Amino acid sequence: MLERDDDFSQCVEECEIAVIVNGHRYERTVPVRLLLSDFLRHDLQLTGTHVGCEHGVCGCCTVLFNGEAVRSCLMFAVQADSMAVTTIEGTNSDLHPIQQAFQEKHGLQCGFCTPGIIMSVHAMLHEHPDPTEQEIRHELSGNICRCTGYQNIVEAVKLAAERLREQHMEVE
Amino acid sequence: MKPPRFQYCAPRLLDEALTLLDQHGEDIKVLAGGQSFVPLLNMRLAGPAYIVDINHISELHYIETEDGYLAIGAIARQRQIERSVLVQEKHPLLVEVIKHIGHMQIRNRGTVVGSIAHADPAAELPALLTCLNGEVLAQSIHGERVIKAEQFFTGYLTTALEPGEMLTEVRFPWILPQAGWSFMEFARRAGDYALVGAAAVLTPAPDDTCMSAHIAYLGVAGSPIRAHAVEQMLVGTTLDQRALDAAAEAAREIVSEDMSDVHATVEYRRTLTAELTKRVLKAAWGRRERQERQEQQRGEG
Repeated sequence: MLERDDDFSQCVEECEIAVIVNGHRYERTVPVRLLLSDFLRHDLQLTGTHVGCEHGVCGCCTVLFNGEAVRSCLMFAVQADSMAVTTIEGTNSDLHPIQQAFQEKHGLQCGFCTPGIIMSVHAMLHEHPDPTEQEIRHELSGNICRCTGYQNIVEAVKLAAERLREQHMEVE
Repeated sequence: MKPPRFQYCAPRLLDEALTLLDQHGEDIKVLAGGQSFVPLLNMRLAGPAYIVDINHISELHYIETEDGYLAIGAIARQRQIERSVLVQEKHPLLVEVIKHIGHMQIRNRGTVVGSIAHADPAAELPALLTCLNGEVLAQSIHGERVIKAEQFFTGYLTTALEPGEMLTEVRFPWILPQAGWSFMEFARRAGDYALVGAAAVLTPAPDDTCMSAHIAYLGVAGSPIRAHAVEQMLVGTTLDQRALDAAAEAAREIVSEDMSDVHATVEYRRTLTAELTKRVLKAAWGRRERQERQEQQRGEG
């Protein structure tokens, strides 16, 4: 965790924050009640992070917060001060192997839930590079997809896991 | 913006937070993991004038083994405890229960203490704390007090915490090595709040009858409920089919008359409670360490 340099020991309704999003440092003044999801979309124009239910159920707004998958609609932007956030825009300039696998296996239909799923899969494969199908299904339970029935998403995650393991071995 | 207006502060020291709590009384709320509180704000079911974010108070970030219990500080995340080798080894029931909470994205932020303070009767951790006869530590600028789980949960989303007090630690008593334990719940969808759930710990006597029984439920009333009547029925038995059937029948009575909603009727919750009682007791008893086997091992050693 990065060290926080601002002082929030006084009660405020608005404050200056500096957040590292996808490796870039953004400084903004925000109302304290601004959700991280709205900060990313409205203040930074990073609209790849989608907003579905806005109370932590659907998983559309999942981002990586200091490397961990979290719901950005259940955090305030001010809590991300001096922290590192990764959104779908930050996965790669080209298609990331996970995105490539979703494209090849047709792991999406309308695509609304996809950014959240990709971010969750990032975290999942980082922790479990070789998950079983049951583990994949369990970990995907935090992201609701109303189109696909999940079959192709599970296939895409399997393919992505395989490719990432191969890549990892080549690097070694 | 979805949440209503509030004043925010994020102190680094517990004393600063306690001072704010004392100053603002009922107008201030504590923000820890926020996985239950922020939805309440987003839906405008809660609208405190002040919010004190305790995530930067590093002195509350701990998991410690104490004489008699595992102590968890107010900002230790559920996921951290799930991953902790120490807790996996020394309190496997707590890890098992945490795995049932929401999804990994929720557990990454959600705290153990926050779940206890929120006191949702359908949540897993309040039921476990009640089952184990655990305690919480409440602090204010005027001092601290230790409260037993059964006195702490006073009703739907309501606890014995007074304005100005903050829950800083939760204490999960150790389970004896020979005791068997189990936790099960029934939810309509993975990660949803369960309709009903049960946690049980059974300790065998040297003659392999049940010496002590603990069983508590979630989703059956306005707070988690420990079923003392059921526990007493089990003591002295060998958890045979007759004892299990009698316990299941008695457990139906635990479900409060007003637990009928869009998700399930009272009758359905009673049926689930009876069935879960049998399954959880059977599983817990199956996990116990038989005394003869221990002696055998000692003899061999």
